[in-house]
Amino acid sequence: MSSQQSQNRNSTDREIRKRTVVSFSVFGVGICLAIAAWLWLFRQPESADGIQPTLRKGLELNENLFSRIYSRKRQSKPYKKQDATSEVRVNGDAGMDGELDTTWRLKVVRSPGDTFLLTIDDIKALNKTEVVFDFKCVEGWNQVTWWGGVRFSDFLQKYNLAKQAGMKYVGMETPDGAYYVGVDMPSMLQPQTILCFEMNGAELPQEQGYPLRLIIPVKYGIKHIKRISVIYFSDRKPPDYWAERGYDYFAGL
Amino acid sequence: MKRIVDKHPLAIRWFHWINFPVLAVMIWSGLLIYWANDVYKLGWGDTTLIKFFPQSFYDTQNIPSHLSRGMAFHFFFMWFFFLNGLLYVLYTLFSGEWRLLLPNRHSFREAWQVVLHDIRIRKAAPPHKKYNAAQRIAYSAIVVMGFGSVVTGLAIYRPVQFGWLCTLCGGYEVARIEHFVLTIGYVLFFMVHIVQVLLAGWNNFQAMVTGFETEDVKETISPPTEDNT
Repeated sequence: MSSQQSQNRNSTDREIRKRTVVSFSVFGVGICLAIAAWLWLFRQPESADGIQPTLRKGLELNENLFSRIYSRKRQSKPYKKQDATSEVRVNGDAGMDGELDTTWRLKVVRSPGDTFLLTIDDIKALNKTEVVFDFKCVEGWNQVTWWGGVRFSDFLQKYNLAKQAGMKYVGMETPDGAYYVGVDMPSMLQPQTILCFEMNGAELPQEQGYPLRLIIPVKYGIKHIKRISVIYFSDRKPPDYWAERGYDYFAGL
Repeated sequence: MKRIVDKHPLAIRWFHWINFPVLAVMIWSGLLIYWANDVYKLGWGDTTLIKFFPQSFYDTQNIPSHLSRGMAFHFFFMWFFFLNGLLYVLYTLFSGEWRLLLPNRHSFREAWQVVLHDIRIRKAAPPHKKYNAAQRIAYSAIVVMGFGSVVTGLAIYRPVQFGWLCTLCGGYEVARIEHFVLTIGYVLFFMVHIVQVLLAGWNNFQAMVTGFETEDVKETISPPTEDNT
């Protein structure tokens, strides 16, 4: 063996050793950093809204992005009435405890301290809009369902709430205050969003939120609040039952 | 005497090792979402072959109900999965690596020979460059699957805003099934991948970290030219 070859061999071995050590060191540090990042994220104490603050920021980032590309013109795919199921699923009963107070009125808050009351007949007097769409639950199931009611945009127009329509959010509550949602105004003004008092062409059943519920096909079911008692307007996010329990506030489809 | 044979470019090693934990988190959080309404099964008529998942699995694994956590993680890590995959595809296109990766007109015939060789029926494997025919097909398919996960994922994430995409995927329910089936595909890919890596040995594995393999050369001949075989 020549000394030339011997030198080649030594330099190659050194090269192999050097590159191996460097690569595996970086690899090891990378693994440690990944584990540390995961533990940091996973072990963050959940904030009051039931989720790690960083993940909440992630959801808000998505909300921001997908609000930008949201268009009121895009509709949830319309279906025929005969496609609608007769066995409409009942999934939640928060805010639905006990019998409905017979003196029920819808309270509309124009601004804090400035409210007015409506009976269900006041609402039924408006133009009726029917919506047949594929209702989607955040859990993963979906059902084609048929609803009737008053377009929220028509409702705002009828009661001269143009100024309120310029605000960012609508808040809604059940009579006992146990269930409550906040929805962004662009979604509320979408033409398929209705204050609903009919299901399958008949009066809205008790367990489906009689006398008045929200149907908003651009949102998951968690926003379709039943037995609405109060409607108010705000530029800040109104409290939202499921958002306080770790779910996405936007919940848009 | 040994010589260094460069195999995996640095960028590809980074993409690979970032994708591994990110995909793991996506699958885990995806399962948390799926478990909120676990209706999928494999079978025909009244016969069920496999239920996703069997009751015994739930009984033994103590599966908690964490839909909100699943969604929060899934819609956070989806960005890392998407961006890492996108960068990988762009790198592969612009670096010319795609030439070593995409199946060619021989690949589908040769892939059988590779499989026969792997299960010890055929003695010799067909000659290949960086990737053999079966690898070319598998590693290209996994990129197509990743693209499919992003598309079907977006379709079920925003089925109204991306209604056209949802329709293109065959509708909301079909898109959900496709998204799920792709995930099963990753799990199967992973299992085969691990077995192959174990069988291929250390020199092959460490190349995914260091980027090179070492090769013995006869002492007396002058160093051969690089040909990356």
